[in-house]
Amino acid sequence: METGRRARVLMKGNEAIAEAAIQAGCDAYFGYPITPQAELLEWMARRMPELGRVFVQAESELGAINMALGAAATGARVMVSSSSPGISLMAEAMSYMAGSGTPVVLVNVMRAGPGLGGIGPSQSDYFQATKGHGHGDYRVPVLAPDSIGEAMDLMATAFELAERYRTPVMLVADGILGQAMEPVELRFRTPERQAFDWALTGAAGRPARIIKSIDLDPEVLERRNLALQHKYREIARHETRWEGWRLGDAEFAIVAYGTAARVARSAIARARDNGMKVGLFRPITLWPFPERELARMSRQLHGILTVELSSGQMIEDVRLAVEGRCPVAFHGRMGGLVPTPDEVLGALKALRGRVERTRAASGHSPAAHDRGTPSTNGAGLDAGARPGGRG
Amino acid sequence: MTLDARSSGALRGAAAARLVYRKPDVLVDRATHYCPGCGHGVIHRLLAEVLTDLDLPAHTIAVAPVGCAVFIYDYLDVDFVEAPHGRAPAVATGIRRLRPEAFVLTYQGDGDLAAIGTAEIVHAAARGERITAIFVNNGIYGMTGGQMAPTTLLGQRTTSSPSGRDAGLMGYPIRITEMLAQLPGVTYAARGSVADAGSIGRLKAMIARACRVQIEGGGFAIVEVLSNCPVGWGMTPQESLEHLKGPVVEAYPLGVIVDRSAPSTARPAAAAPTKPEA
Repeated sequence: METGRRARVLMKGNEAIAEAAIQAGCDAYFGYPITPQAELLEWMARRMPELGRVFVQAESELGAINMALGAAATGARVMVSSSSPGISLMAEAMSYMAGSGTPVVLVNVMRAGPGLGGIGPSQSDYFQATKGHGHGDYRVPVLAPDSIGEAMDLMATAFELAERYRTPVMLVADGILGQAMEPVELRFRTPERQAFDWALTGAAGRPARIIKSIDLDPEVLERRNLALQHKYREIARHETRWEGWRLGDAEFAIVAYGTAARVARSAIARARDNGMKVGLFRPITLWPFPERELARMSRQLHGILTVELSSGQMIEDVRLAVEGRCPVAFHGRMGGLVPTPDEVLGALKALRGRVERTRAASGHSPAAHDRGTPSTNGAGLDAGARPGGRG
Repeated sequence: MTLDARSSGALRGAAAARLVYRKPDVLVDRATHYCPGCGHGVIHRLLAEVLTDLDLPAHTIAVAPVGCAVFIYDYLDVDFVEAPHGRAPAVATGIRRLRPEAFVLTYQGDGDLAAIGTAEIVHAAARGERITAIFVNNGIYGMTGGQMAPTTLLGQRTTSSPSGRDAGLMGYPIRITEMLAQLPGVTYAARGSVADAGSIGRLKAMIARACRVQIEGGGFAIVEVLSNCPVGWGMTPQESLEHLKGPVVEAYPLGVIVDRSAPSTARPAAAAPTKPEA
């Protein structure tokens, strides 16, 4: 439901995310200080007790995430936040939460690694977020906003997904989204409360409940795993989110998320000024990755440039989706650096040059390409790809 | 204690004279997976009796450990969540903060609590979390096949200290309950044993006290239970109990280590738990 507050104020990303979580009905926050998300913890330290809600500064990220596990087991709306090295420590409990169906929202304000790395913005935890963290066959929905306003909106979505599917959900930002200030509309959403038939409240007047992940009988454990995989297929079917921008007539697309997508928009505007038909394909859910939508899009494209604040991690999912239908190039920076729009423009031009040379050698004319199909070409794609649209 | 004879006048007389023990309902009627002679079964029963005596089962949210006792939820019929190895005190903290009215119980072994979970137990105790912690110390990693634990005695042979625990290489046993007792957040800390009937009676009184501390609004309460692991120790059950009474108790003295609750209740009475009250 909308709370009706509609002021427009300047807010720091970390604080806006924290307040959005509070307005989404977060009952409890557990954290441990780490840069560049300390302001999120500090905001919670002040606001949660004010509202009579739970705030605990834990002894470690291990402590924080396990407190969250216990709190969520009682049916409460719970979140933790951290940055990359802290998320590594939370990996163990994420596996337990996925295995036992404990809904917890995690925010990772990513910083540059590996190891202690640095505190600059980074997207080098894509593998960790979408394929990594803990052990076992499990997935975690990952939401990747590219603005503070979208991050606020997605906090409510994160709690919804966590509770609807009984799963941990991760929202990834980077040091820029966490630290930058942007004008945001104070438009909050509080997901409806569900009655949980699994929450631990004390077995008064009902059979005792157990929240666990262990099953030493392989047959039983396989059934548990099959049920999990079924859940993940449902999530992929119903919760895939992405945004298309200027894709209608595009011959080239940049695939980027988060801060990299912001840079990509600037580069695309410059490329369009130079006569290149370029659009942006921006995954909003990194898992489930919008692979079918990108696959469909790739049929009309001459080439794709993936831009990331990493050595190239999401590009593996891009290539899997595109399946060789067009060349996929990469541009990225690491260590806390962010590519400039001009760098990205240069990479786009290089990709176009490569495509033209290949096509000239094989007798194709880029202008007369026939890769696209009428049903997926043109404005239809953009129309179906509103921000927050589902695939 | 757990006898209906206490509350039911109908049972007085000839029938009552034959009733010597009644299993609390919260203790599930099921053969345990524990090895013959293992102390976990006794400790589960004591917990079931105390929870029943204090009318707690319907309000209890308990945290199961990693180790042999991970399946404790098969034997105690209360709400349970399973914690990752060592993290039970953190999980219990989350429950505690969200459910102020619940009775929150953790059950951990010595590898779980005194090795991998040292940070979690120390900080839950330091925060004075209103939690009752049962800490079963059998000096060994039982479930994984009898490896050395932080509590393993000097000289003790285990599968990972085959020549015996050598202080120079492997350090000294940890008396973690004494360490925790230093913290002002700890309201009650005691160490009991399952070595014989008398010890078991005193242990039950300690567990009851640790539960009452939570009900009465005190802080963190912990009972360390010296227990045996006949299989892991390479002994018969009887030998393991003798060992428990000898070198184990020598290394880990029994008794109340700290009681910061009301002075009048500072010393648990020696009670015989399974006999009808006079």
